[in-house]
Amino acid sequence: MSAPAPSMYSPAAKAMAEKLGLKMGRANLDEFAATLMELAKADRNIIAVTSDSRGSGKLGPFGQALPKQLVEVGIAEQNLVGITAGLAACGKKSFGVSPSCFLTARSLEQIKNDVCYSNVPAVLVGISSGVSYGALGTTHHSLHDLAVLRAISNLILIVPADNFESRQAILAAAKATKPVFVRFGKAAMYGLHKPETKFEIGKAIQLRDGNDVAFIATGETVVHALLAAGQLAECGIQARVLSVHTVKPLDTNAILKAGRECRAIITVEEHLVNGGLGEACASALLQTGVSKPFHIVGIPDEDTVTGSQADIFRHYGISMEGLAETAMRLLK
Amino acid sequence: MGKTALSDHDLALKSVQLRKKTLAAIFEAGAGHTGGSLSCLDILNVLYNRILNVSPENFSDPNRDRYVQSKGHSVEALYAVLADRGFFPEEELETICHYKSHFVGHPTRHIPGIEMNTGALGHGLPICVGMAIAGKMDNAPYRVFTLLGDGELAEGSNWEAAMAAAHYKLDNLTAILDRNTLQISGRTRDVMSNEPVDEKFRAFGWAVKVVNGHNFAELTEALSKPAEPGKPTCVIANTVKGRGVSFMEDVAKWHHGVPSDAELKQALSDLDAAEAKLKEVA
Repeated sequence: MSAPAPSMYSPAAKAMAEKLGLKMGRANLDEFAATLMELAKADRNIIAVTSDSRGSGKLGPFGQALPKQLVEVGIAEQNLVGITAGLAACGKKSFGVSPSCFLTARSLEQIKNDVCYSNVPAVLVGISSGVSYGALGTTHHSLHDLAVLRAISNLILIVPADNFESRQAILAAAKATKPVFVRFGKAAMYGLHKPETKFEIGKAIQLRDGNDVAFIATGETVVHALLAAGQLAECGIQARVLSVHTVKPLDTNAILKAGRECRAIITVEEHLVNGGLGEACASALLQTGVSKPFHIVGIPDEDTVTGSQADIFRHYGISMEGLAETAMRLLK
Repeated sequence: MGKTALSDHDLALKSVQLRKKTLAAIFEAGAGHTGGSLSCLDILNVLYNRILNVSPENFSDPNRDRYVQSKGHSVEALYAVLADRGFFPEEELETICHYKSHFVGHPTRHIPGIEMNTGALGHGLPICVGMAIAGKMDNAPYRVFTLLGDGELAEGSNWEAAMAAAHYKLDNLTAILDRNTLQISGRTRDVMSNEPVDEKFRAFGWAVKVVNGHNFAELTEALSKPAEPGKPTCVIANTVKGRGVSFMEDVAKWHHGVPSDAELKQALSDLDAAEAKLKEVA
């Protein structure tokens, strides 16, 4: 009998989620696939492009329901991005879907030139991002993608935290007139937002107010920051939590406000600590003269430990307990 | 419509004149890709005067033909042809590569008539596959063309796209190979052999035609219509790098050599003589 898959949440974290009224949803990737299908049924110009990735992109039902709106390119990510750009240049709203690890490394030049430099309104969807593939190892991790995509001009970079942000990101990407990259993981996610929440590209969403410490987080790490804020509150520490769903353009106003109003800043991301959200926030804060105790939580610049996404998160302190501990240390 | 009613003789004359303009622009810019511009100029001349349904007037028409220059470094020839076809005033060629000019040293959509930004090799064919698939989806009348360099074929992305073009039966797509047999370091066969290139494209499921890339009638015949229903067309155009200038012809160093004052003078004198000869015949 195999060992049970380790949970992303400790029993205490699950109890905190319940206390905060969070409900477990589905994987953001499932939300993406359902939203894209809904849009594509209403608009025949919406095209999904896959590189033998329709299964991992949850686009099997899309391919069955709308075969004429799915272009399969085989295992060829460079071609995937070039074709996605060509479709967009000829009036299609094309969504190129491929694992982030391949999409943002092997075909980075196509993203830079064919999509961003040529300025076609294509959408690139990085799936199974960060350490979603867990023990499959570094070939399958994308811990560089935010850094390299931040360094390419003319690209909107969205990393949704929950099903709500995922749906809103796809709705916004479908309407965008410039290139968009959306980064998804594949774990089931707690819902973090009320349905009436306003989603706007480039505007962080504040999930919780507080002035002792600010968690500035993105993607699948946001929930852990929110749980940590709940735990810290039990010790009388008030933590602000920002979901930075748009990593570029960065909501510098929300970040500077947090920097000015809170005693310490912790950024959290499923990415190497080099070049991602943390360094973007540090740059914004320092260039405005805001200097507070500051810590970047992410994957360190080393061989990533082997394990599931949950193992890796816990190992590097991306958990309710780990983040609460980091906050306590920083506030000492 | 974008087509003109020029005879082979008219096109030959125009090619000589455009070669002079291309060289003058490269000299003025102090940079450029001379040899490849001269090798593909006759191909571009035929495309823009006889084949492509593209003009300044219809450039926003979704049904216009699409041309993406994958060998983007030969942009000076393309800029010269676009100026000749009225996409922008010819004087603007003098600003190529100058500070704050829109005329970058590789194709850019800031310039009227340019479809996509290219310059990194191995990008044009995948983009054109996407454009051709879009055309098939819409049952649109347009055709899609790209120009590849023979050295460029070492980029693997071309072969990913070649496979996809045949898979999707893109007979609305034509790839033209400017086979001048030279690249920056020397003979393509010595750097990385791609022969037999015709057999390679056939094996990938393409219909292949081999023509003299400086013969207007042959180019016109090969480019006028898809070679075979249900297959993408590859037109292998045998060309001479540096064509039209005696001391530049078939010499690798002119890949991105910029002529000196004296060399420009000599090159223009070669071309003036060719022009005078053509006018005599007329």
